[in-house]
Amino acid sequence: MTVTMTEARSTAYVQTATSELTLKKQTVDKSLALSVSNLNVCLRHKPYTTILKDVSFDLKKGEVYALVGESGSGKSITSLSILRLLPDALTITRGKIALPETSLFALTEQEMGGIRGKKIAMIFQDALTALNPVQTVGAQIAETLKIHTSLSSSEIRERTVELFREVGLPDPEKRVGWYPHQMSGGQQQRVMIAMALACEPDILLADEPTTALDVTIQKQILELIKTLTVKRKLAVLLITHDMGVVRQTADRVGVMYQGEIIEQNVCEAFFADPKEAYSRQLIDSLPDMDEHRSLEKEASLLTVEDLKIHFPVRKGLFQRVHSYTKAVDGISFAIGKGETLALVGESGCGKSTTGRAILNLEKATAGNIWYNSLCVNQLTRREMLPLRKKIQVIFQNPFSSMNPRMTVGDIIEEGMVSLGLELSKEERIQRIESLLARVRLEPEHRHRYPHEFSGGQRQRIAIARALAVEPDLIICDEPTSALDVSIRAEVLDLLLELQRELQVSYLFITHDLSIIPHIAHRVAVMQGGKIVEQGLTEQVLTQPQHEYTKMLLDAVPSAH
Amino acid sequence: MDFEIGPGLFGDGFMWTILWSDALIFLLVGAISLFVASFRRNPQNMERWRQVFATRLGMATFVIIMSYVVIALVDSVHFRKALPATEEQSSEQVFYSNDVHSLLDLALGEMGERPERTYSAPFALKSWNKENLLLPDGERVRDYPELAYGGAHLASPESFVKDVAIKSLVGIGKGLAVALALIGLHAFWLRRSLSAGAGEISPLPWKSAWITFAIIMAVLGWLITLGNLYHVLGTDQAGNDTLFESLKGIRTGVLIGTLATLITMPVAISLGLAAGYFRGWIDDVVQYIYTTLISIPGLLLIAASVLLFQVWINNNPQFFEIGLEKADAKFLALCFILGITSWTTLCRLLRAETLKISQLDYVQAAHAFGVSHFQIIKRHILPNLSHIIMISFVLDFSGLVLAEAVLAYIGVGIDPAMASWGNMINMASTELSREPSIWWNLCGAFFLMFTLVLSVNLFSDLVRDAFDPKTKLETA
Amino acid sequence: MFSYIIRRLCYAIPILIGVNLLTFVLFFIVNTPEDMATAHLGDKYVTEEAVQEWIAEKGYDQPLFFNGDADGLGTLTDTIFFNKSLKLFAFDFGTSDAGRSIQSDVLDRMGPSLALALPTFFIGIFVNISVALMVLMFRGSSLDRFAVVVFVTLMSISYLFYIIFGQYYMAKMSRLFPVSGFNDGIDGWRFLILPIVIGVISGIGASARWYRSLFIEVAGLDFARTARAKGVSEAGVLFRHILPNTMLPILTGVVVVIPVLFMGSLVMESFFSIPGLGSYLLDAIRAQDFAIVRAMVFLGSVLYIIGLILTDISYTWADPRVRLS
Repeated sequence: MTVTMTEARSTAYVQTATSELTLKKQTVDKSLALSVSNLNVCLRHKPYTTILKDVSFDLKKGEVYALVGESGSGKSITSLSILRLLPDALTITRGKIALPETSLFALTEQEMGGIRGKKIAMIFQDALTALNPVQTVGAQIAETLKIHTSLSSSEIRERTVELFREVGLPDPEKRVGWYPHQMSGGQQQRVMIAMALACEPDILLADEPTTALDVTIQKQILELIKTLTVKRKLAVLLITHDMGVVRQTADRVGVMYQGEIIEQNVCEAFFADPKEAYSRQLIDSLPDMDEHRSLEKEASLLTVEDLKIHFPVRKGLFQRVHSYTKAVDGISFAIGKGETLALVGESGCGKSTTGRAILNLEKATAGNIWYNSLCVNQLTRREMLPLRKKIQVIFQNPFSSMNPRMTVGDIIEEGMVSLGLELSKEERIQRIESLLARVRLEPEHRHRYPHEFSGGQRQRIAIARALAVEPDLIICDEPTSALDVSIRAEVLDLLLELQRELQVSYLFITHDLSIIPHIAHRVAVMQGGKIVEQGLTEQVLTQPQHEYTKMLLDAVPSAH
Repeated sequence: MDFEIGPGLFGDGFMWTILWSDALIFLLVGAISLFVASFRRNPQNMERWRQVFATRLGMATFVIIMSYVVIALVDSVHFRKALPATEEQSSEQVFYSNDVHSLLDLALGEMGERPERTYSAPFALKSWNKENLLLPDGERVRDYPELAYGGAHLASPESFVKDVAIKSLVGIGKGLAVALALIGLHAFWLRRSLSAGAGEISPLPWKSAWITFAIIMAVLGWLITLGNLYHVLGTDQAGNDTLFESLKGIRTGVLIGTLATLITMPVAISLGLAAGYFRGWIDDVVQYIYTTLISIPGLLLIAASVLLFQVWINNNPQFFEIGLEKADAKFLALCFILGITSWTTLCRLLRAETLKISQLDYVQAAHAFGVSHFQIIKRHILPNLSHIIMISFVLDFSGLVLAEAVLAYIGVGIDPAMASWGNMINMASTELSREPSIWWNLCGAFFLMFTLVLSVNLFSDLVRDAFDPKTKLETA
Repeated sequence: MFSYIIRRLCYAIPILIGVNLLTFVLFFIVNTPEDMATAHLGDKYVTEEAVQEWIAEKGYDQPLFFNGDADGLGTLTDTIFFNKSLKLFAFDFGTSDAGRSIQSDVLDRMGPSLALALPTFFIGIFVNISVALMVLMFRGSSLDRFAVVVFVTLMSISYLFYIIFGQYYMAKMSRLFPVSGFNDGIDGWRFLILPIVIGVISGIGASARWYRSLFIEVAGLDFARTARAKGVSEAGVLFRHILPNTMLPILTGVVVVIPVLFMGSLVMESFFSIPGLGSYLLDAIRAQDFAIVRAMVFLGSVLYIIGLILTDISYTWADPRVRLS
């Protein structure tokens, strides 16, 4: 609870700062800060695969340069090359990276140590793992200052507190003595930023700085980076896969594809008129927030009444139940036939727990889940069996949702066998092949193993698996959030198409508001185990009533 | 404790004898073959094994390990020879010798049946101790007597060097000839399967496997040829050939490394799985059991159990017909006890991994499909634990072989009726302090043990690198 | 924290009872006192009287659990289980089969055991970590690969061989050290050096290799990269970031062993004739003196459980994320 409070307070701080900066934007002096020219990186050993090919771009002071591309396109390798911190397996074969006065490749390792953290600083994606877990955050910032400045220890302390205040950490004097695990994800990222800024570098490399964060916090962090860029005349390299983030933050854009920069342009011009087909595909993958799905009213299939799921917290000498974590705290909703209900909320709000309870994989503390006239949460494992044909699930992570030691055919077949569908072996194989065709894979793929498929293909196999038993309701637990943006749209379209054909209902659990208009008929917004607002998609998204819904909507990065 | 398969597959002179440890080791071979067959079906596993064997080190160490295993298996086929019929007994009834032989004894020729009186140095022609000798002319002198067998074929001691050189060449030549024939067959077979496999190139470094194999065969050929003429590694106090004893120790070493794990693996797997999958009170009970066992110092638990078992065997001699059976029972008990102490580690690992896997989405999906507990464990959890079981099997092996030596020193090791490196090293510790030192007894056992343990350690490193997801990151 | 320790101590009681029951079953039910008597006196030429006399003398002539002949509490206390097993909880170890008080023997022999075990242990840790850190400095190079091969080779050599070889060459051939023996006072160090050196060397292979892989694992984590990106030197990354983060697994392996050091080393002590608990136990095993073995099993598990609790406490000191509750 305290975390949300402090985050909210720091938002207020950032917002005042942003309004000032829009005015100043034009007056900033944009001199060259760093140039990368013809950078080539390849594997050190056989087969010497080329990772980066002739990458060239410039960073200018007071400007955010965004490098966009999908995972594996070479964005992070580019930023690590700048700091000369490539993994041992990679090596730079050609090219030049230079500050206005020095070429970085000409420096000794010791001289390079004087550049890192002092001239060029870096922010990493996952702040929790990027911070040393056994050192206080204050000490970690002090370390940078000790290396690059000659400040006394009391001055270092003062400077640290000042930095914490600047990045909007509440109660900075106290936070200095905290360990990373005591802070929220947003605060950890702020510490990372403070650490990067400690020695007033000219260049800031930000590698997916907000990907691990919830949308509302993502917005704050991006605004903070933007503010600092202008205020301190930083040259920022922002690495991201999210076109919304680019639109919101960047001054110039470079699109990276298979180790090459295929297009670069000023931000507005790029979005208005992308030159490459791939760039267009990236931009189009941002869903249209203005198009909503209409709804034909149907009798409700699933009804959740005042569902509560509490986990006991044990304490003391005898491990008595001390209190309860209220993961889900009295929620009610209903889903009709052929309807999609989106359950939206940030991590830890209880949305996935709700999904598991509907599948009877989690025990409800109180309340009821009705499927037609059956009370799901009171059925035993055996009694639940016939219902399992009706309710199916698709998980978030396509890499952990399939047993790596089974063939795709066996994976799809498993449900048909265990749920006693009366089919002969030939009929089952026939159905597997037709299902694979339906999710646009080849029938022969049933002999292959999951690791031979990409994330998007695996997610389609997961859909085929769920469809194999002909369910009426599919719980989709963040089915697209682990996928690259261009694949995301494909999977969503497939889900829509199947809904039209088969009249299945979806409970669509997601943290990503931007895909909701595309997929959902109705929306329920969850916060802290409660549903704070629910209604028709159009109504909720265009006229939000609750503060929290407004905040979520406000934070969605949009390409329009 | 043994069961006999009637007389005479190879004529009347033999009776096959199967010791319990023989039965177990062949059972183990069967189990491993099944495991390999099931492992082969998954291309991901094949890829990992390929990674192990794609290194020259992996090939070479594997060949060495396999040679040990083959020798151990050959040494595990036992039989008893028929005693020549005496006049009193009827011609129908045949009595069998109480000495149990193995196929390895046959392969080694007469190496094991040429006892001297006491110590003799490697390649010595004379004994190591002075004795009172009666010369042909009736004079008594105190001198080193000639050995009964070592170099007895020599016409005169002067031809010793020449004889050794010629016989060495012959022995090495024989070994190499066999090796080359087998390698040629293999190469031919490889080429044929390659051309059948649509020109798919095989990147496996067969050459290093062949070289290792040729070296092993050459050494074996040399040892067998010379070992039948001289005592290549000398003799021990009782006059037994040290080389023969060391080679017989291979079976003990290999068996202790594998059987100890095999015997207790079913317990470790089932308890670890049950604790991690069902959690709740089952988990509490399993954790209690292994914490209790771990908290007893390992060596002490082993020592106490072995002592008690020895008392039991001595008090119940009626169960054992021949001496080797008693030794075999003691040996199995030792394996079992060793297994119990290493059981806990594997069980803990499996429990932790099962806890992790049962939270994974694919197990949750299986629950959502109403798959039964048994099926979930069989199809989803057990196959994903197989690499842990395999890694721990390989890693434990060398530790167990080394532990045998320490146990021998403490006095709770293998029965002296069975050849073992531990007993040989243990004896050597006092022999070294004699003046002049007797070093050869230590040598054979140490060298064979070191080669085996080193090969297994190097090989297990490769296996772990290939199969452990943690180390994968490091090499990537 | 305090309530955690109390709870852990309570949890230790059922484990000790389990150890106790296990040893009781092994020593008195699998093998009856008659079996032990015959084992001691020899199978042949032994009379029934001699066996009974031996049993009575050692106090094994009582019933196992329940004594119907005694009155009141005596029905439970005049039993083997009470006298030989439960009394261990009060650290009342009774007398050995040779008739000496085990308790005073244990106290006498703890000193020499520690004099050998403590230095071996701590010098060993220091040497192993230093070697592993040195190797880590050169990771990825051919020196690193060579070091790993050396480690694997060292760990493939039998422990006994280190001792035999060390004693033979260092003491017998080059006469640098006394072959064996022990002396109480200050000048006892001369006897201890060789066993300590051998103890440390024999452990290098396995331990340094383990520390190396531990360090490499942590060196690949994100925060090490962050530190380098801050401009921290390679040595700074090693000592300020990698080493503190490996404390948890190191402590898991190390702290639990410390109390068990009291038990001494079975093999080392007997090879070098050091009158510690290890050689005491070895003599007992060879003489089949089960009273001593039983007492030592119990003592060993008590020390191990203390080690486990100490490990947990040391976690809170090494890692701020660990809270005992």
